[in-house]
Amino acid sequence: MAVVFERPKALLDVPFHYCPGCTHGIVHRLVAEAIDELGIEGRTVGIAPVGCSVMAYDYFACDMIEAAHGRAPAVATGVKRSDPDNLIVFTYQGDGDLASIGTAETVHAAARNENITIIFINNAIYGMTGGQMAPTSLPGQVTQTSPYGRDPKACGYPVKICEMLAQLEGPEYLERVTVNSVAHVRAAKKAIKKAFQNQIDGKGFSLIEVLSSCPTNWGMTPKKAMEWIDEKMIPYYPLGVYKDRSAGIGPGLGGKEDK
Amino acid sequence: MAEKVLMKGNEAIAEAAIMAGCRHYFGYPITPQTEIAAYMAKRMPKIGGTFLQAESEIAAINMVYGVSSAGKRVMTSSSSPGISLKGEGISYLAGTDLPAVIVNAQRGGPGLGGIQPSQSDYFQATRGGGHGDYHIIVLAPSSVQEMAELTIKAFELADEYLMPAMVLADGTTGQMMEPVSFDFEIKEPPAKPWATTGTKCQRPHNIANSLYLDPEKLERINNVRFARYEVIKDKEQRAEEYLTEDADIVVAAFGISARIAKNAVDAACAKGIKAGLIRPITLWPFPDKAFKKAAEHAKRFISVELSMGQMIEDVRLATECKVPVELCYRVGGMIPSPQQVLEAIEKAAKEVK
Repeated sequence: MAVVFERPKALLDVPFHYCPGCTHGIVHRLVAEAIDELGIEGRTVGIAPVGCSVMAYDYFACDMIEAAHGRAPAVATGVKRSDPDNLIVFTYQGDGDLASIGTAETVHAAARNENITIIFINNAIYGMTGGQMAPTSLPGQVTQTSPYGRDPKACGYPVKICEMLAQLEGPEYLERVTVNSVAHVRAAKKAIKKAFQNQIDGKGFSLIEVLSSCPTNWGMTPKKAMEWIDEKMIPYYPLGVYKDRSAGIGPGLGGKEDK
Repeated sequence: MAEKVLMKGNEAIAEAAIMAGCRHYFGYPITPQTEIAAYMAKRMPKIGGTFLQAESEIAAINMVYGVSSAGKRVMTSSSSPGISLKGEGISYLAGTDLPAVIVNAQRGGPGLGGIQPSQSDYFQATRGGGHGDYHIIVLAPSSVQEMAELTIKAFELADEYLMPAMVLADGTTGQMMEPVSFDFEIKEPPAKPWATTGTKCQRPHNIANSLYLDPEKLERINNVRFARYEVIKDKEQRAEEYLTEDADIVVAAFGISARIAKNAVDAACAKGIKAGLIRPITLWPFPDKAFKKAAEHAKRFISVELSMGQMIEDVRLATECKVPVELCYRVGGMIPSPQQVLEAIEKAAKEVK
């Protein structure tokens, strides 16, 4: 019998601990598929964050490191610099990790065009600690620490990472995707694979922001959470390529995004 | 005899690190240790190494964490306020059982403090410095020669015991110039089968991690780590014992303070006082054995420190408070004169008669 669907080899045969309807599982799979297809598992080192995906080190078959909260890009820099010609290094970080406590590490790894790949899960909430306001929570979004809705007057506006990093000369490739439909999953896969291919080709810093769901802490059914991404998140965080230096896309590069 | 070169203490540390096989250095500018970064910036590119000026002390220590996870010798350096920022990363290194060398050229504190020499990070260094139950190996050089020697030793001990090691220097030892010989025998670093160097698809994946949600496992891992610390306490204590055999007054001092104290001990002996000096070279493990031995005959201990009295607590613990321990100190970047220490010795000698 022909096998038409199986677990990627870069994922270990252990059950995920993620909540029903959470998109971490999909994104883990896409990362693993990219690693398989590029044949790089044996020379890949992944860096797990602090947050819901802290135990990503139990799921990926490649060597893994668990970093302090927000420090994954700095840890990845160290690992990459230890063997730059051989190792492929990726970080997998949530929004609290990457866009709040680790903002400096994110910005400077991008500014250095550090030759690493970052998978950035933006689900607009702190999941692991039980649903607090994230740097990416939307204006008006109700969370445990914004019980009356995020009030920009009191706690500012969401951080738009792709838009922000695109202003830097450093990074090679910045794209925002989502995984709430089959078409979106396919596009996300393509972006993630390209982010690894860029590293193999020595092009430098690639970050893929994945708009993700958190039905548990959003207080929604999984289906409703997927719809919420379409209705609320994508209008605030438009999908697309924010920078692709090699393709001439991005501020100052004269491409279509440079208006 | 090996050729000696005249060097600043900070530069001697940098050169010794390179000799020890360190090819990765991450730092952030802070006085009074920036010579280390400057030296590394010049040398590393020429020997195929990595010098990177990190965006922060926090980033620097986490870059260290990355290189160490990947099994390579790696160093960072800073001064007191910067070491506080590295505290998080040092705790993670300890919790992950990773070797690394951290240099602290101490300056006066707390807060931004000053830029003049100090020894007021003794507690921070010897008690670990970050959160959680752990220690790091702490070595205290007293000369430029020792800056080099103990840097190499720090790499060796860190690799042997899988933990961070700190060279606890200060603004003086970092800045002063002395002749130094680099005639060292460098041992090959041990194999690191635990390193995250890529599985090559030939072994199960390695994980560098300090998270254990199962409390029984976390307790077990802490116990195993502390059993290792006991071995270190037994095997690695180092101290210089100077004229301590039958001393009535034993001065305890490390680093730059010990240089001053030694002059005072000599002057006291010339005046007929039976004075001696214990100079801890390892601050953790603290050289208990030397102090216990001296406490058998000493009538008074004097801890000479550039702090409000930190090592004095370890002297009391080591001697089990059997003999009174006094403090002789200056702080804020001030340094005691040999005369001040001599007066403390003379006063003590009079009192114990």
